[in-house]
Amino acid sequence: MIRVQIGDFDAGREIETLTSGKTAIGGVVSFIGTVRGGADGVRSMTLEHYPGMTEQELEAIEAEANKRWKLEASLIVHRYGKLLPGERIVLVVTAASHRADAFAANEFLVDWLKTKAPFWKLEETAQGERWVEAQTSDDQAAKRWVKS
Amino acid sequence: MKLLYFAWLKTKIGKAEETLDLPAGVATAGALVDWLKTRGPGFAEALKDRRTLRVAVNRRYVGWDFAVKPGDEIALFPPVTGG
Repeated sequence: MIRVQIGDFDAGREIETLTSGKTAIGGVVSFIGTVRGGADGVRSMTLEHYPGMTEQELEAIEAEANKRWKLEASLIVHRYGKLLPGERIVLVVTAASHRADAFAANEFLVDWLKTKAPFWKLEETAQGERWVEAQTSDDQAAKRWVKS
Repeated sequence: MKLLYFAWLKTKIGKAEETLDLPAGVATAGALVDWLKTRGPGFAEALKDRRTLRVAVNRRYVGWDFAVKPGDEIALFPPVTGG
């Protein structure tokens, strides 16, 4: 399941809803990405996305994870709009009978959505606004999962 | 043909979207970008280096040699930075 929304999410409630009644689940892994302030001097961040394509890409990424690992349930919630340091940006939940599948699929989903889902971050700092540039390290992380 | 611009492309070009007739002789996404660059300094600046650009046709990532046709939704944007 995937969702793109402006509002915040409650990770506990999301996990409860996702996994409720699915007794084949033996382990649940969740990742929450948040807005980093601190040393970067970021006052706020505005996430822009491509409505329509974003949902399509997230669904494709989720489908790929379900093909590669045996998951009992999965969820991606990604926010957009203006967010402050400390606020939650993304939630990725993977549930499987065995933890190895849940851990691997979760890392895969986070790595791939960072390089494929059409979101762009605009940071507001004391010096003004700047669009965040794509990180080579993110590309490298995503490449780990490319099948040769 | 509907064109969409995101992130700093939108800022440099000065708009988020526009509807245009596909120019005669333009057959691929790459040729479209080359043509767009001639439309003014904002376009030229935003589109000068293809390595900093990604293109989607009808909401799917494609390469620069992908064929474009009238009625397509073509989006140009920088590498993505979500998550």
